[in-house]
Amino acid sequence: MREKASTFAGEPEPSGPNRRTVLVGAVGAGVAGTALAGVGVGLAAPTTAPPAPQETLPVTLTVNGVRRSAPVDPRASLLDTLRDQWGLTGPKKGCDQGACGACTMLLDGTRVLSCISLAVLHDGQEITTVEGLVAKGEMHPVQRAFAERDGFQCGFCTSGQVTSAVGLLKENPRPSRAEISELMSGNLCRCAAYSNIVDAVADAARGER
Amino acid sequence: MDFIRPTSLAEALRAKAEVPEAVPIAGGTDVMVELNFDRRRPPALLDLNAVGEIAKWSEVDGRIRLGAAVPYVRVIDELGDRLPGLAMAARTVGSPQIRNRGTVGGNLAAASPAGDSHPPLLASDAVVEVASVRGTRTIPITEFYLGVKRSALEPDELITAVLLPPADGPQQFSKVGTRNAMVIAVCSFAVALHPASGTVGTGLGSAAPTPRRAPEAEDYIAGELSALWQSPAPLADSVLRRFGELVGAAAQPIDDVRGSAAYRRHALAVLARRTLGWAWHDYCEGRVTACA
Amino acid sequence: MTQMTRTSNPPLTTPITGGVGESPLRPDGALKVRGEFAYSSDLWADNMLWGVTLRTPHPYARIRSIDVGPALALPGVYAALTHEDVPGQNAYGLEHIDQPVLAVDVVRYQGEAVAIVAADHPETARRAAAAIVVDYEVLEPVDNAETAIFGEGVPKLHEGGNLVRYVPILFGDQDATAEVVVSGTYEVGMQDQAFLGPESGMAVPAEDGGVDLYVATQWLHVDQQQIAPALNLPQDKVRITLAGVGGAFGAREDLSMQVHACMLALHTNKPVKMVYTREESFFGHVHRHPAVMHYEHGADRDGKLVYVRAKMFLDGGAYASSTGAVVANAATLGVGPYNVPNVKIEGWGAYTNNPPCGAMRGFGAVQACFAYESQMDKLAEAIGVDPVEIRLRNALSEGSVMPTGQLVDSAAPVRELMERVRDKPMPPARTSEVDIRTMPGGASNTTHGEGVVRGVGYGVGIKNICFSEGFDDYSTARVRLEVIGGEPVAMVHTAAVEVGQGLVTLQAQIARTELGVQRVTIQPADTSVGSAGSTSASRQSYVTGGAVQSACAAVRAEVFDLARERFGVSDLALEGGKVVSASRGVLADLSDVLGDRAVEHTREYRHRPSFPIDPLTGQGNAHVQYGFAAHRAVVDVDVDLGLVRVVELACAQDVGKAMNPDAVIGQIQGGSAQGLGLAVMEEIQLSGAKIRNPSFTDYLIPTILDMPPMTIDVLELADPNAPYGLRGVGEPPTISSTPAIVAAIRDATKLALKRIPVRPEHITGT
Repeated sequence: MREKASTFAGEPEPSGPNRRTVLVGAVGAGVAGTALAGVGVGLAAPTTAPPAPQETLPVTLTVNGVRRSAPVDPRASLLDTLRDQWGLTGPKKGCDQGACGACTMLLDGTRVLSCISLAVLHDGQEITTVEGLVAKGEMHPVQRAFAERDGFQCGFCTSGQVTSAVGLLKENPRPSRAEISELMSGNLCRCAAYSNIVDAVADAARGER
Repeated sequence: MDFIRPTSLAEALRAKAEVPEAVPIAGGTDVMVELNFDRRRPPALLDLNAVGEIAKWSEVDGRIRLGAAVPYVRVIDELGDRLPGLAMAARTVGSPQIRNRGTVGGNLAAASPAGDSHPPLLASDAVVEVASVRGTRTIPITEFYLGVKRSALEPDELITAVLLPPADGPQQFSKVGTRNAMVIAVCSFAVALHPASGTVGTGLGSAAPTPRRAPEAEDYIAGELSALWQSPAPLADSVLRRFGELVGAAAQPIDDVRGSAAYRRHALAVLARRTLGWAWHDYCEGRVTACA
Repeated sequence: MTQMTRTSNPPLTTPITGGVGESPLRPDGALKVRGEFAYSSDLWADNMLWGVTLRTPHPYARIRSIDVGPALALPGVYAALTHEDVPGQNAYGLEHIDQPVLAVDVVRYQGEAVAIVAADHPETARRAAAAIVVDYEVLEPVDNAETAIFGEGVPKLHEGGNLVRYVPILFGDQDATAEVVVSGTYEVGMQDQAFLGPESGMAVPAEDGGVDLYVATQWLHVDQQQIAPALNLPQDKVRITLAGVGGAFGAREDLSMQVHACMLALHTNKPVKMVYTREESFFGHVHRHPAVMHYEHGADRDGKLVYVRAKMFLDGGAYASSTGAVVANAATLGVGPYNVPNVKIEGWGAYTNNPPCGAMRGFGAVQACFAYESQMDKLAEAIGVDPVEIRLRNALSEGSVMPTGQLVDSAAPVRELMERVRDKPMPPARTSEVDIRTMPGGASNTTHGEGVVRGVGYGVGIKNICFSEGFDDYSTARVRLEVIGGEPVAMVHTAAVEVGQGLVTLQAQIARTELGVQRVTIQPADTSVGSAGSTSASRQSYVTGGAVQSACAAVRAEVFDLARERFGVSDLALEGGKVVSASRGVLADLSDVLGDRAVEHTREYRHRPSFPIDPLTGQGNAHVQYGFAAHRAVVDVDVDLGLVRVVELACAQDVGKAMNPDAVIGQIQGGSAQGLGLAVMEEIQLSGAKIRNPSFTDYLIPTILDMPPMTIDVLELADPNAPYGLRGVGEPPTISSTPAIVAAIRDATKLALKRIPVRPEHITGT
C-alpha cells in the first residue's frame, strides 16, 4: 500500500523516498494471490520533520531496536512523536485520551497507551511498536494469528490490538478465553471483530499458529 | 514549558519549591489528557519516574506504605492479599494498559470524585503522606479532598505515599458503569470490615463533589455488628437495606452525562448493601480477605 | 460452502483457490497486522501543511463578523480562510445542496465550520484557529423535530422551511378497525457511527491547477461531484484516490474535510493534511437520526394484523444530508417484515439546530424496527401468544405485497429465520459459580448474582438493499488480463470503497472465479475509473460485484474469440489458468493464448430499476431487493442496578449467496454489536442542541467484554435478479439485534421500555 510495504520496520533509518511514487502491482502476490496495488501517497517516513516548536528537549529512545534521538516538544505524546516526527504510523490515534487502545505500544516490554505517555518522560527507554514486532521479515506469531483468524475488518484498531495482545501474553502467557476478554477490553474494535480477536489471541497463546 | 527530572525526592521537593506550578507526572495517564486537550498549559512538568523513594511499597510500623508512583498493576499483583479493597478498585481502573502506568498517587493528585482508588482509601482510613522542603506531613484521607479536583496538597508539596493498614477483615469494592469494562464510575462504593476495632469503613465515589465516607451508615452498622463480631451470624436483609439507605443518604450526587443524581443515590444503596453482605459473608466464613 | 462450477469433464486443471464462495485471507490483511497499511491519517508529503477547522460553539447564531487577522499574524500560518475564500459555490449536500462549505452569516449547529487554517505545525494551526475572532449574535436553537415543523413561531432554519421531507404510505382501507388494538410511542436516541479512524485526508495541489485528494470516504465520485463546484474546477481536475479507511458505517458518505483541505492546498500551493480529533469527529460527521414514533397496530383475535398506523418524526438536524431517503426508508419499511392489509404511515424529516443526521448502517430501518417490533411484542401479549408466534402468523413471504404496493418477488424467509433463532438451544442457565466477567457490570464487581434476572427476546427486521426510488444506481469495473512473469494476472480497477467489509477480497474472488486465474491485482480505488456508487445500503457486493463479474465476462469473451480463432472450437471455459474445451479438454495455457496481449474491458453494472414513490400515497416499486435478519437475544439484567449483560445473540439471516462466508459472519457479528450498542449504551446526549458527550469516555461503544457469543445461521436463498443470487448483508443484522435485546430486557424486567438506549435509570425508575 505504500513504499515501505515490502520492507520491514526496524530497518536502521527511515529512507526518504519520493512520496508520490505510485506502486502498481508491486506488492507481492500475497497469501491468497491477491496483490493490492499501492495508493499513490505513501508515507510513513517524513524526510522533513515538522518545524520544531519553540521549546524542545533532546530525547533518545530505542524504537524497534534502533536508537533515535531528536529534539521533542516537551508536551508531545509518545504517539505524536513516533507518528509525526519519526514516521512510525503503525500506532493510531483514535481518541487521544486513553479510551480506545489504538495507540498501544510496548514500553520496556509493557503495554502502554502512547497517546497518554509523554515522550520526554521515556528518555532512554525501549519502545516497540507494531512495526517492530516483525523480526527479520517474519511476522510475530500474534500478527500471524490475527491475519489468519481475520481478527479485524477496517484494521484501524489492529496495530493496537496486536501490540496489546503481545503485552497481554507477556503478562499472562496462558490466558483463558474469559481472561483474554477482560485483558483485551482496553482495545475497542468498532467493526466488532471481537470473537475473531479472542480466537487469534488464544491461538497465539497456544502457539498453534 | 520546562521539564524537570529529579533523581531523588530531595531534588524533586526543591524543584517543586522553586516552581510550585510545576505539575508532577508519574504514569501521566491523567495529566496527559489535560495536555492533549489543551486544558492545561503548565509552565513546567516534574517527572517523578526517577524518584526511587516513591516507586516502591513496603511495610512500615504495621502499615503498608504505598509509594505514590507504584502503578495499579503492582497493587493488583502484589497487594491483593493485604489491600484487597484497593486491589479490587485497581482492577476496574481504565484498561490494562492504563493500569500498567497509572498510580494511586496520580489518582489522589487529580482528586476527581470519580477516581477509583478513593473509596477503598476512605474505607481503610488511609493517610496521605506529603512532603515539601518544609518537611513531611500526613493528611488523614478524610481531610485530603477539599472540592472537585481540589485537595489539601499545598503548592510546594508532593504526594509521596499513601499509608494503609493491611486488611484486618474482609473488604469489597464495587463500581457502576454502563458497560462491562473500561468505564468511568457512574458511582462506586468500598467497604472495609475492621473486626479488631469493631468498626466498618465506607467510601463513596462519584457521589458528591469529593469522595466521602458515610459516617451515619458506619455508625449504624457498627452498632448492629457489635454483638456479632464474636459470634458471627448472617445479617438480616433489613439491616443490609438500612445500611444501604444510609449510604445513599450520605451522597450528594449530581445529574450529569453519566447518570442522574437519583440513580446514583439509588445505586449506591444497592452497592452498599451488596458489598456489605459479601464482606460479612466472608467474615462469617472466616475469610479475612475477599476477592471476587 | 459451494464449490466452483465445473464442467462435466473430470478436472483437467489445478483448480484455483480463493474464488466465489470461499473465504480467502484479505489481501490487505498482512499490511494491517503489520501496521503498514496507510490510513488517511498516516499520509505524509514533504513540505506539507496542517489544516485545522474553526467551529462554532453555538447551535444557532448570526455571524456579525469574522476576523482572521490574529491567526495570520502567527508565525508559521500560511492561510486563514472564510466563506469569502470559497472559490466556487459555497454549498454542498447529498440530496439538497443546503450546507455551506464555510458558514456565511449564520451557523445552524454547534460545530459548524466557520474558518479554516493551514500552518506548518498542527499545534500552530490549532492556536491560529483559536485566535480567529468571530462575533456571534446567539439565537435560541430549535431542538425538536416535531416543533420545528408544526410549532408556532418557530424560526425557519432554511428558506423553504423546516420540513426536509414528508412521506405518507397509504395502503388499503385507511379507516379499518380491529378487535385488538395496541399503541405506543417509541423513541430512538442519536447514535454515532464512532468509527475508530477519525476524518482525515491530504490534498495536493497539481501543476494543472487542479488538486489531488487522498481521503477516507465512502463514495469517491459523489465527493468529486460536490467538491468540484465548490472549488470552481471542472470535475476532472479534482482527482480523488481512496486512502485507507478506518471504518465508515455511513459517517463518511457526506463531505467532512474534503473541500477545506483542497481550498487550503490550492490557496497555499502546498500539500495540506487534515486530521480530525475524536471530539471534532463528533461534530464532523452526520449521525443516526433520533426518532419519535407513534404507532397503533390493529389485529384480529388470532393476532393477524388488520392495520398499522404510524406517525414518525425524524430529526435531520441542521442540514439535510440524506434525511429524505432515511425518512422514505423508515416509512416504506415501517410495518416491518409483515403482511398488513391496511396501512397509514406518515414520516417527517425535519431541520433543527441539532447536529446533522444522515447515513448510518440500517438507515431509517433501524428506528422503525425498534418501534414495530416493540409493537409486535405488545400485540403478542394482548393476544396471549408468544412473541415468535405473533411474528409467524404475520410473516412476510415471497409473493407478499408491501405497503407500497410492491410485490416481494424473491425469497423472504421471515418465518424460517424466526424458527431458526427460536429453535437454537438456549445458553446454559447461570451456575452458582460466579465469574464477575460474565455478570452485568462485568469486572466492576457489581453483583454476584443478586438481582440478576434472565430475559429472552426476539426481533426480525427488513432492509432495502441498494439505492431506491429510481436512483440511477450503478458501478463501474475495469478488468485487464495479461501475462506477467509468465503467469496470467487479472487486474481489477474500480472506484469502490473498501471500509473493512472485505470488498477487495471479494473483487479478487470474482475475478478468479470468472477468469480462472489465481493471481489478481486490485488497483487503488480512484476517480480515474467510473463511479462505483457508495459503500452503503449493503450494495457493493451486489453492484460492484456485478460490475466486476460483467467486466470479467467481457474479457473472457475476447479471450474466447482468440481461442476460437486458434483452435476452432467454441465450447470454451477458463479454468486453472488454462483455456479448456468441454469436448477436447485443455487446449492451452491461458498465457499462451494471451501472448503479449492485454485484454481489457470496462463495464457498468446496473441493478434492475427502482421507481419513485407517489408523493401522496407512497405507492411504487421503490426498492430493488429486501434483506432480512432475525435475532434472539438472551440477557441477564441486574434489575436493582439496571445493568445489562447480553448473554448470547442468535442470528439468522438470508444472504442469497455467501460470497465469502467468513466475511458474512463478520458483518453479522459487527452489525449485531452496533445494534447492541444502540440498545444499551450508545447515545449522543444533547442539551439545548449541544453535544454533552463528544468523547470515547462518555460516548460508550461495546468492548470485547460486552459482546456475547453468537450463534449464526446463514441462509442462501438465491435472488434470481442479483449477481450470483446474492443479497446484501451488512445492514440487516444491525436492525434486528436492537429490538431483540430490548425485548429481552422487557422480559426480564416487565417494564415497557419505550426509549433506546435503555439506561439504568429506565430500569430502576430513577
